[in-house]
Amino acid sequence: MGPKKPNRRNFLKSGAVAAAAGAVQVTTGQTPDAGTKSLKELIAYGERSHYVTSIREPVDARPSPDQFGLTFHVTTPLQDSVGIITPSSLHFIGTHRGSIVPDIDPKQHRLLIHGMVDRPLEFTMDELKRFPSVSRVHFIECQGNHSKAEDKTVQDTHGLTSCSEWTGVLLSLLLNQVGVQKGAAWVVCEGAEEVKGAGSIRLSKAMDDCLVAYGQNGEPVRPQQGFPLRLLVPGFEGIYNTKWLRRIKVVDRYYMTYNDYGHISKDEEIAALTLQWGPKSVITFPSGGQQLPGHGTYQITGLAWSGGGAVRRVEISTDGGQTWKDAEIRGPVYPKAHTRFGMNWRWEGEECVLQSRCTDELGQVQPSRAELAKFFKVSVDYYKTHGTQGTDNTIQPWRVASDGSVHNAIV
Amino acid sequence: MRLFSNPLRCLILGAVAGFGLFRVARAQSPSYGLGTTPTPAEIHAWDISIGPEGKELPPGSGTANEGAQLFADKCTACHGATGWGGPAPMLIKPATKPQKPLPCLSPCIGPGNVMALHSPYATTIWDYIHRAMPFGQEGTLKPDEVYALTAFLLYKNGVIKQDDVLNQQTLPQVKMPNRNGYAIPDWKPGAPRPFPSER
Repeated sequence: MGPKKPNRRNFLKSGAVAAAAGAVQVTTGQTPDAGTKSLKELIAYGERSHYVTSIREPVDARPSPDQFGLTFHVTTPLQDSVGIITPSSLHFIGTHRGSIVPDIDPKQHRLLIHGMVDRPLEFTMDELKRFPSVSRVHFIECQGNHSKAEDKTVQDTHGLTSCSEWTGVLLSLLLNQVGVQKGAAWVVCEGAEEVKGAGSIRLSKAMDDCLVAYGQNGEPVRPQQGFPLRLLVPGFEGIYNTKWLRRIKVVDRYYMTYNDYGHISKDEEIAALTLQWGPKSVITFPSGGQQLPGHGTYQITGLAWSGGGAVRRVEISTDGGQTWKDAEIRGPVYPKAHTRFGMNWRWEGEECVLQSRCTDELGQVQPSRAELAKFFKVSVDYYKTHGTQGTDNTIQPWRVASDGSVHNAIV
Repeated sequence: MRLFSNPLRCLILGAVAGFGLFRVARAQSPSYGLGTTPTPAEIHAWDISIGPEGKELPPGSGTANEGAQLFADKCTACHGATGWGGPAPMLIKPATKPQKPLPCLSPCIGPGNVMALHSPYATTIWDYIHRAMPFGQEGTLKPDEVYALTAFLLYKNGVIKQDDVLNQQTLPQVKMPNRNGYAIPDWKPGAPRPFPSER
């Protein structure tokens, strides 16, 4: 039942299917698979309609996988999203350094927990599934998810966040099994991919709400998401969510791994703003690159989330931030999870700027770029040449032109 | 209080009470009896983490001159003959500014992010070369080779002298230029971030 490497025969077959599909469609209008796939194949693992074409894209069009087979960052098409769950096949991808997605046989996979513990233990996947499981909905968002003036769509500006239901064992339960010793303060979590990507997190976080997950959206975690086992560090920047998790070492200090070193900051405030995501939201419709067909009624909709907890309030402005109205929360609200919001809106053809603002259960409010600039005592123009300080949770403006076209209004 | 007048009875009661407490503690954190206990040798084989104090560093040593040959043999195909300008990230800072931007290390924190200069601890370089290099043959370098390559990169970036010997003792002592270049934020459950955005 382990995932196999991409099979050339399957690849050629699917190419043939696609080629045949064109011919079939023109003549009969049948669905493309109908003629070439057996009934058994059609029901074995369902596919979406061929009319649905939403896809992930590599960041800045950098080939991924590249010529060496290394997978770099790939974005989720948020503009087409509904509800709060990202389909596993559309979940964004990021890897340490850029690495090859490993092909791991779950029967061979082990998780070792050791270091400053009373009883080091090694677990098989089957053993991990014999612990009580929890299922939680959480977003994962890469630190690199920042909006730039040259970005066109919400996939470009915000596509490095995704949300899934994750199933697994609480890390705190596993750490209690091994018995954390006095003086321990950090854990180093390591993956099994060829670079053995590892990161340090505080024991306080490890014991709070971290999850060692084997399930994603009702099935095993996908290989690109860490099959057979990954760490969830809810609310923290993406790279801490170690994929292909194979080892956890309990230690007494910050270990300064390759990942840690790459994300350090000298400024204490920036370091703290980088660690955990602040309250954030973005309108996914209407958003950059979309086109309103004409005057009339629309639903402004989008996603809000926070690394600090549950979303308490989302406001929408249709006049560039002069006035704000409360949006409706449309769907379930979970801590550290995407939350769907919406609002009825009548567009009469006027040029306008749409934006959303999130407040979380801690009372943290999503800032505008101007507010962030004021806090750090820089001009807003600073962000034309620099990223925002810490992770970017600033308000995203979309400009609706009088012809109904929608554009990124970050300048 | 006749009950407690007998020392023996007192001891027994104490033991029973102690056992009860123990039971409560166990009930809050049950042991599921799952997993196997690895041998110290197994843990040693898995444990490739090298902390800033270098406690896990294996015996061995290397110098920049030894590293130069290894670098030519194993690294230049991706990182360039001079340690920059190849398809892989820059490892040696060029003396003059290159015409076009060079690939930085990923995670990328800006141009000029040369690991041997930016990392606050030399142990990070040793750890990373050992676990993740050379590409496609990760984990094949012997400790002496990793010490030598680390010495070569640190020498070429002006951090150590050409004849400095790196080993278990000297590597953690290397004074990296960015030694004090990082803050470690505290974290507590439910604590807001430092950005004051209350309205």
